[in-house]
Amino acid sequence: MKFLPISLRGTRRATTALAALTVLTGASLAGCSLVGGDSGSEGDAAKEVVLVTHDSFSLPDEVVAQFEEEHDIKLVVRGSGDAGALSAKLGLTAAKPIGDVAFGIDNTFASRTLDDGVFAEHSVELPPGAEEYALEEGGDRLVPVDTGHVCVNVDKAWFDKEGVAPPVTLADLTKAPYKDLMVVPSAASSSPGMAFLLTTHAAFGDDWKGYWEDLLDNGVKIVDGWSDAYYADFTAGGEAGKRPIVLSYDSSPAFTLDDDGESTTEALLETCFRQVEYAGVLEGAANPEAAELVLEFLLSEEVQSALPTSMYVYPVADATEIPDEWAAWAPSPTDPFVVPPDTIAEQRDTWLKEWTDLATR
Amino acid sequence: MNRRLLGLAALAAGPVVVLGLFFVLPVTGMVSRGFFVDGQFAPGAVWEVLTRPRVARVLAFTVGSATAGTVLSLLLGLPAAYVLSRLELPGRRVVRALLLVPFVLPTIVVGVAFRQLLGEGGPLGFLGWEQTPVAIVLGLAFFNASVVIRTVGAAWESLDPRPGEAAAALGATPVQVLRTVTWPALRSSVVSSASVVFLFCATAFGIVLTLGGLRHATVETEIYLLTTNLYDLPAAAALSVLQLVVVVVLLAVTARFRTTSAAVQRRPFVPRRPARHDAPALLATALLLLYVAAPLVTLVSGSLRVGGEWSLGNYRALTTTGEYASLPVPVTEALATSLRTAVDATWMAVGVGLLLAVVVTRRSRSTAERRLRSGLDGLFMLPLGVSAVTLGFGLLVTLDSGVLDLRNSPLLVPIAQALVALPLVVRTLVPVLAGIDDRQRQAAASLGAGAWRTLLTVDVPVVWKPLLAACGFAFAVSLGEFGATAFLAREGAPTLPVVIFRLLGLPGAMNYGMALAASVVLAVTTAAVMLVVERLRVPSMGAL
Repeated sequence: MKFLPISLRGTRRATTALAALTVLTGASLAGCSLVGGDSGSEGDAAKEVVLVTHDSFSLPDEVVAQFEEEHDIKLVVRGSGDAGALSAKLGLTAAKPIGDVAFGIDNTFASRTLDDGVFAEHSVELPPGAEEYALEEGGDRLVPVDTGHVCVNVDKAWFDKEGVAPPVTLADLTKAPYKDLMVVPSAASSSPGMAFLLTTHAAFGDDWKGYWEDLLDNGVKIVDGWSDAYYADFTAGGEAGKRPIVLSYDSSPAFTLDDDGESTTEALLETCFRQVEYAGVLEGAANPEAAELVLEFLLSEEVQSALPTSMYVYPVADATEIPDEWAAWAPSPTDPFVVPPDTIAEQRDTWLKEWTDLATR
Repeated sequence: MNRRLLGLAALAAGPVVVLGLFFVLPVTGMVSRGFFVDGQFAPGAVWEVLTRPRVARVLAFTVGSATAGTVLSLLLGLPAAYVLSRLELPGRRVVRALLLVPFVLPTIVVGVAFRQLLGEGGPLGFLGWEQTPVAIVLGLAFFNASVVIRTVGAAWESLDPRPGEAAAALGATPVQVLRTVTWPALRSSVVSSASVVFLFCATAFGIVLTLGGLRHATVETEIYLLTTNLYDLPAAAALSVLQLVVVVVLLAVTARFRTTSAAVQRRPFVPRRPARHDAPALLATALLLLYVAAPLVTLVSGSLRVGGEWSLGNYRALTTTGEYASLPVPVTEALATSLRTAVDATWMAVGVGLLLAVVVTRRSRSTAERRLRSGLDGLFMLPLGVSAVTLGFGLLVTLDSGVLDLRNSPLLVPIAQALVALPLVVRTLVPVLAGIDDRQRQAAASLGAGAWRTLLTVDVPVVWKPLLAACGFAFAVSLGEFGATAFLAREGAPTLPVVIFRLLGLPGAMNYGMALAASVVLAVTTAAVMLVVERLRVPSMGAL
């Protein structure tokens, strides 16, 4: 114990030195790493407009550059998470928005964010054709930007080879020839899965549970998400897939072209649910005027015509040209199933619980 | 009281402030949203959630699957840690670097690879394991065995072999040597790695959803569903609190096993040639390699297929934004972003972790002081055990005013990743620092060595290798992190895992191929970083 004081002093100095060393190393590295360096976002607030969106948002650089040049403003895109995470994020930050304008709220989440007071009124005029997709309630705050349909897809090539006629309607899917042939993503963890649950509500009303029981009896496989279903189980998606019927989108067949330029898959147009994505000015935005410019930009011909290739969705404006593959192989359904957004907001919880009980019985 | 304690308190202040600001505050903020309904304190809703039968089921499954995952990770990882740290084998370093690769692969990619093996059409489909708890546990062990190899291997490598050799020379069997000499010296690091693995398993998200199907929900997946899909904040808060309680109980239990590590004599060590009694360990390591390789081979071969033929097309496409320009940035640019982010996350995690490790391993002079240190140690494990969803949203709802409006700061992502890596850093360093006999420092000081000299001759030679291992670990965690990253806002600069996720969410063979190729690039990058770290391990500076 005699040596204790000496050792203590040494120890303390050593730890202090270590602390200093750590801080120094940290500081020098901060300069080298570019994440610490390129904080250019903290610029002049009046010169930029912040668009909050989900991970799937993407537009060609030249289209964005043109917008920035025309209005002498920088478009800052902050995208993260999926549509559900986006709407939760907007709801949680309703009082202090994380940007000026938001894009990517779909019709299954629109009602909730409107109720949370996330969006402010706008004065943007819709292009011809877009009116059809506008919300009945909340149309003054959210503008439709793109649309797409969640439809059952079939591997035509597989059915040709097996000599079986592919299914056509929802009811067909519960029939014997299609036993153990279908895979769908879960309504609990995937947005197309939720859309399919809503499809069955729109199609069968109160009998939806009976329909799902038939589907389950017919061997439908439920997996986590769209990627799982499409790439691991669908015969036309991955090399190991075993099931020729999958839940996907109406645009998906445009991406399964064979060497002759013909699509090997097809969307069943009688099984489709309409999804619409909306944009709106955030309540309390720092730069509401510029936010409206962004809304107009999203509805402009340049953006609308870029939507199919950049985000795999259809434009809402009538006059927009769509790619040839889409015109040929990915027609939109004429009479898709629809559930009003406020009904979705009210019933989502109940339906999902009932569905989960059914599916995990 | 005295300067020693003040000095230590000053040292601890930095890490505590960081944790308070970026973890305690956000999580509390998010959880309290659930407790307050329309501005009124209403714990009733939260309580109601906890009494649901589903919650009990979910909790039981979480604890059960995480326990099984931890046990399997230890069974696979311990023999490999021994073989790779003690035996002279060709390609030892390469193997060790490769075994860390699974740890950083995006779960969604591994999930698809696993399902191609275990699924209906896969080579192992006949086992019928798809969408069963078995698949989940296998997946958890696939990711986490490398944690055991790293943390235990680092401690094993700096262990003095002479006591074991002496015991063997005196007639002890290998089992006896293991039980009486090696195990007491390693116990602390084994328990450390087990607790980290348990936390990783208990908060695993993607792998549970992908491999388990919807029949098997864990607390983590429930929180995600309740927050983003149902916006049921009271229920999410209830589960977050439940998660915290489980983690705290776990930490309290493991702390009991951790504290009593005996001081170990350590010296530079030359690996020896394998002997006959090493056969079981070698066999187990080979098995692990096979197990890790199988999904990776599926992944690599998939990335080399274009239109049913072998091709490098998927790799060439990585410099583009995809067939239809559907990515915000080319994959190569996302890789650069990932690397830069990882540099930041690494210095943050290692800086804070080192300070903390020093604070918690200095000798305590009273029971209260020891408890305080132990509590501090446990506190920094919490970020691993708390839902990324709760933390991610919490950062948004709390850091929203004045100088603290960091919601859109580019540093938020590396900070979140550093929080996840921090426990690994601490757990790698603490057992080693704790193993240094304080008398060595005293002796050095009494012989006239200054603070620096003491540090350089006593602490650094022992900590050097584990510190590099910790850096590599933090870097790897950051490279592969997806959960928290995906929730935080980024400006046109997504990381590689985020881009892979995006590619896998699009139809088209090209997108799928690019996702696989990008995953291989991520894996190769990680392995390369690990190899460099292995190379950096300079020969020990010669202890005392």
